[in-house]
Amino acid sequence: MNSKSKNGKKSALGQLLIPLTALAILLLFNLIRDPNFFAIKVAVNNDGNSVLSGNLITIIDNASALAIIAMGMTLVTAACGGQDISVGAVGAIAGSFFVKVLKSGEEITAGSVILGVLVCILAAVAFMMFNGTLVAVFRIQPMIATLILFSCGRSIAYWITGSATPQLNSPIIRAMGMTIPGIPIPTPIFAVVLVGIILSLVFRFTNLRLYTQSVGINQGAARLNGINPTVIKLLSFVLLGVCVAVASMIGVCRMAQLSHKTLLVDVEMDAILAVAIGGNNLGGGKFRIAGSIMGAYIIQMLTTTLYAMNVATVNVKAYKAIVIIVIVVAGSPVIKSKIAALSNKMKSGRQLSTAKGVR
Amino acid sequence: MENRVVSAKELKASKQLDKDVVLAMRGIDKRFPGTKALNKVDFTLRKGEIHALMGENGAGKSTLIKVLTGVHEKDGGSIWVEGVEGEAHIHSPQEAQDIGIATVYQEITLCPNLTVAENMFIGRNKGQMVHWKDYEKRANEILKSLGVPARAKQELGNCSLAVQQMVAIARAVDMNCKVLILDEPTSSLDDKEVQMLFGLMRDLKSRGVGIIFVTHFLEQVYEVSDRITVLRNGELVGEYPISDLPQVELVARMMGKNLDDLADLEEIGQKKTAGEKVVYQAKDLSSSESKPFDFVIHEGEVNGFTGLLGSGRSESVRAIFGADRVTGGDVQVKGKKVNITKPHDAMKAGIGYLPEDRKRDGIIADLSVRENIILALQVMKGFFHPMSKKEMEEFADEYIKALSIKTASQETPVGSLSGGNQQKVILARWLLTHPDYLILDEPTRGIDVGTKLEIQKLVLKLATEENMSITFISSEIEEMLRTCSRLIVMRDRNIVGELTGDQLTQASVMKTIAGGER
Repeated sequence: MNSKSKNGKKSALGQLLIPLTALAILLLFNLIRDPNFFAIKVAVNNDGNSVLSGNLITIIDNASALAIIAMGMTLVTAACGGQDISVGAVGAIAGSFFVKVLKSGEEITAGSVILGVLVCILAAVAFMMFNGTLVAVFRIQPMIATLILFSCGRSIAYWITGSATPQLNSPIIRAMGMTIPGIPIPTPIFAVVLVGIILSLVFRFTNLRLYTQSVGINQGAARLNGINPTVIKLLSFVLLGVCVAVASMIGVCRMAQLSHKTLLVDVEMDAILAVAIGGNNLGGGKFRIAGSIMGAYIIQMLTTTLYAMNVATVNVKAYKAIVIIVIVVAGSPVIKSKIAALSNKMKSGRQLSTAKGVR
Repeated sequence: MENRVVSAKELKASKQLDKDVVLAMRGIDKRFPGTKALNKVDFTLRKGEIHALMGENGAGKSTLIKVLTGVHEKDGGSIWVEGVEGEAHIHSPQEAQDIGIATVYQEITLCPNLTVAENMFIGRNKGQMVHWKDYEKRANEILKSLGVPARAKQELGNCSLAVQQMVAIARAVDMNCKVLILDEPTSSLDDKEVQMLFGLMRDLKSRGVGIIFVTHFLEQVYEVSDRITVLRNGELVGEYPISDLPQVELVARMMGKNLDDLADLEEIGQKKTAGEKVVYQAKDLSSSESKPFDFVIHEGEVNGFTGLLGSGRSESVRAIFGADRVTGGDVQVKGKKVNITKPHDAMKAGIGYLPEDRKRDGIIADLSVRENIILALQVMKGFFHPMSKKEMEEFADEYIKALSIKTASQETPVGSLSGGNQQKVILARWLLTHPDYLILDEPTRGIDVGTKLEIQKLVLKLATEENMSITFISSEIEEMLRTCSRLIVMRDRNIVGELTGDQLTQASVMKTIAGGER
């Protein structure tokens, strides 16, 4: 019994080994480079609230939207064996609906915000259902199916709000995007925690994980065991929709304005990368949400580190690419099996030497 | 009885093989984490012989083949190949090919969308210009000389499986292979195709090729082989000329049992006479893949669909389970009318279905043994009622013990188990749901003799002790005669006869299949 659970834990650790190591190396690197990099100070913001500030807080805060989308992307990847590249564009649409509702009244009130949140989630889910239908019912490859909204999503967002860049001046919006008065931690961080908890509750109280993995690994066999693959795939897109909606609201509230051109721009590639860095198979099947979340923080920490090193904005992406090559190659099956063989050898070597010692 | 085997030392001293030996493997060791897959195994292949490599699942046949073809690296021992000076070091399939070891796998590894000629020459011209015209000419010559009924320009996917297999062999032969490994080449062929393949094998044998033949079909071994090497639990049992080892003794050696233990091979249990109560009844049931048919099964009855490959027996049971799109018919389960249009409906009605193609339709390879066992029951409990980890572990434990499934732990991915054990896992999955009616489509295909027997015994036990109704399909008629009390014979997607009681003999089944009854 004991050895069984130990084995299970071991394999879980195995998948998270690469992202954990990458994270540790990045932390260590920053610590050596600048011992004050992780210093956390209490500062007073424009609204007069005392808030925590420092690179670490910035990293965790700025990675929020990415981390949330990466969670949803993990599910779609696992169930469909492909990725949704329209998350940024759908985020822009959802954000536009959110702002449209907020701007419809004279003033932004708690009521209009609640309505806005609901409409935003509904819109994102509806557009994701469109993607999901193409993938699950019409069996179009996810990347092709989501290419449609990827190309036209930001135009749709533009039609909703018009050309203007609406500003949202309200303490509620600031509380949602920055910090709630009296709480020194940025609100988006709580959003990540909340989405994470909700998802883990869903895994705890439903068979979502088992069904999703079964469909992702062997759709035909899953069907013969009474699982409806179409429904499971659609469900993964619905959940991704919810994640995209939350991420888009974080983006809108943080800037206190909407720009359909820049809201969540390029987030799709980072999200896919986060899923991959997390050790998840992009071909579907077994998955680990924690890995993807870690992947998101690694990507953000990399960006922040590079900026802190005064790397010019145009060069950041190139440096990022180099580090990512290393992480992805380190996590590749070839290197993994080499490492496993090496550790096996070391183990048997150790056994030999202890045996000799006894003699 | 055993031939004297030239030891590794002697081989090293003489630095070359005996005249007629093309391949000698000595003291081969192979370890995998936690298990020793091969333990000092010797194997000798002579020129122009068909050498059957036998053993149950997990005996080490595949591992030995993979060591030889460079898929796995050996941990100890040495290999000598004719024409290679000193020991042969094989680190990759390419290196194996280069020294004349060719393999044709069970699953055809050619490209169906290319032509026959393209398949035969692809990847073989190292950096030279390709002259397809010449290749086509040469391909036609080889195909003709081997008697393979295919043309060079034909798309491979349009050929039958047997011909595809023969093209794969032709490719190997043209590469001047000395050692040809055929891994379960006949498992998806019908009798006529098997004969075609055997003809080709004999032809190659006369040309001096050494053939290693891996199969589960005992009769086929005796039909073509000259020699048998038996492995058990990763160790060599012995090498025998075919005439020295009768079939029963071969089975005994593979299983490591005495002949007495095998007395029950013939009578694995008493057949059950069916009860009165109708469990499942279909009228004019049809699906996208099957023509309308009537079918009935009683409580505690074991019946079976028989017929040639493609006669529609699998399609019929798929229609019953709702695996294909059901297009019509009235179905009653225990006297109540039910509508079964998808597998979930059938499961709710108390029907279980073990599919024909274990890899494609049965296992969820990356999931653990535990998850694979509880899957169907979990789905029946519903999306919002996950079982607790403890509950799952108890169920899995119970069935791993009951069916003696060999696995390192519950958490082992089912894909890493041997075929027979994978089949047991799927069987466990359905037994756990306690179905009233269980459909087993080819449960014994591609698994070892011992497990085959276990499964047949289990079928009879379930019918007698738990009153379960079972439909049992097997391409080995003996198995069906042993277990079924009623056989439904199919030909060209139609039911052409029903045999019970005294009619249940091999002769009458064959006759009905062939159409002699009408």
